[in-house]
Amino acid sequence: MGDYAYAAPATVDSTVELLSSSASSGTRTQVLAGGTDVLVQMRSIDRGPRLIVDVKQLAETNVLSIGEDEIYIGAAIPSAILNENAELKSKLPGLIESADLIGSTQIQGRASIGGNLCNSSPAGDTIPALIANSAVCHIVGADGERDVPVEDFVTGVGTNCMADHEFLLGLRVPAPKGNTGDAYLRFIPRTEMDIAVAGAGVRLTLDDSGTCTAARVGIGAVAPTALLVSEAGDALIGTQVDDDALNAAAAACSAAASPISDKRGTVEYRIKVVGVLCKRAGAIARDRAKGS
Amino acid sequence: MAKVHVSTTVNGQPMDVLVEPNDSLLDTLRDGLGLTGTKEGCATGDCGACSVMLDGRLVCSCLVLGAEAEGKTIDTIEGVADGDGLHIIQQKFLEHAALQCGICTPGFIVAAKALLEREPNPDETTIRYWLAGNLCRCTGYDKIVRAVQDAANELASPA
Repeated sequence: MGDYAYAAPATVDSTVELLSSSASSGTRTQVLAGGTDVLVQMRSIDRGPRLIVDVKQLAETNVLSIGEDEIYIGAAIPSAILNENAELKSKLPGLIESADLIGSTQIQGRASIGGNLCNSSPAGDTIPALIANSAVCHIVGADGERDVPVEDFVTGVGTNCMADHEFLLGLRVPAPKGNTGDAYLRFIPRTEMDIAVAGAGVRLTLDDSGTCTAARVGIGAVAPTALLVSEAGDALIGTQVDDDALNAAAAACSAAASPISDKRGTVEYRIKVVGVLCKRAGAIARDRAKGS
Repeated sequence: MAKVHVSTTVNGQPMDVLVEPNDSLLDTLRDGLGLTGTKEGCATGDCGACSVMLDGRLVCSCLVLGAEAEGKTIDTIEGVADGDGLHIIQQKFLEHAALQCGICTPGFIVAAKALLEREPNPDETTIRYWLAGNLCRCTGYDKIVRAVQDAANELASPA
């Protein structure tokens, strides 16, 4: 069993060392970023002692860089800081909205996109938006660094592909080029601060004639993990992203969904709503791509 | 459990405190430092009663570890008044009767102060969204919103 302990290593190397040595000695570790999920879980569903490894003091998890080809978002940056960055918001409005709609002002001051992803909830709002944006997880561990596409990162409810000696440094998002827009919508039974019943993120690119040349759709809360729905993206490519195309994408999302019934919604309801959200998010992404 | 030594600044005063590694900052403030103005409501980040400023940002102290306060600057409800003189937001909460049982009040005042420092002239929608993470089961919120609006007006043009 052992006791609770807390460490905030000063470097990435010492963090990896600590995670690795703990893994080999059988000490349970918990990587901590903003803590808005971790602390709640520590006091409710999982009280077991562990070594808490705080990674948000590292410079590397707080890097925010907006390059010509890549936008890098450090795993521990609080959502409030992302939302206050006008340039980031103008380039990836859908992704930033997906983070901004999680929780209250107080939660926004701590909660990070990296934490939302590592918590690996089926209903994590940023995950479909990250998938739609082709985001890649930048992971570091005892074997060095590796990159994993977000759609391959989460492996089940609350689980992901990282080994005990690894942690998430940041997210690489391809910078939008040309006429590109993204959007994320979720449905909740109230107006604010609830967990998604269903969610859909869309990013697409249009050529000068308004024809869609690239599109990706991610859906959330309708399967054990958020999903990339390639058929939905493919239904938009080559079209003007008109109602017919959006309806086809919506049908692909509904077909890909395999939700559960719970207090937030039934299977039938979620299957329908995820399609509606895809259609609406697709229209917003299209309008954003057109600059309107 | 090995305690963690934390050096932090609370309401402008350097402070040292020993915390359990899994203590929340709320535990540390209340039990370690005797600053009981910050309240515990839900302890899960839903109610905002434990709101404090951490390095200038509004947070729920129940969702921060005490150990994370190392080297940080924390401002609590105890630092809001200037000596014996109430802060204008506190004064307006009294004038508008924006409290009944009072458990949520310190969190509301810390959160409202953070809002007015960012946005001196917020409209009602902005106030309501900003304070959406602070729950009050007594007032129905109207009086709180009016108190914050009145405080904003007074700060803009002192009577």
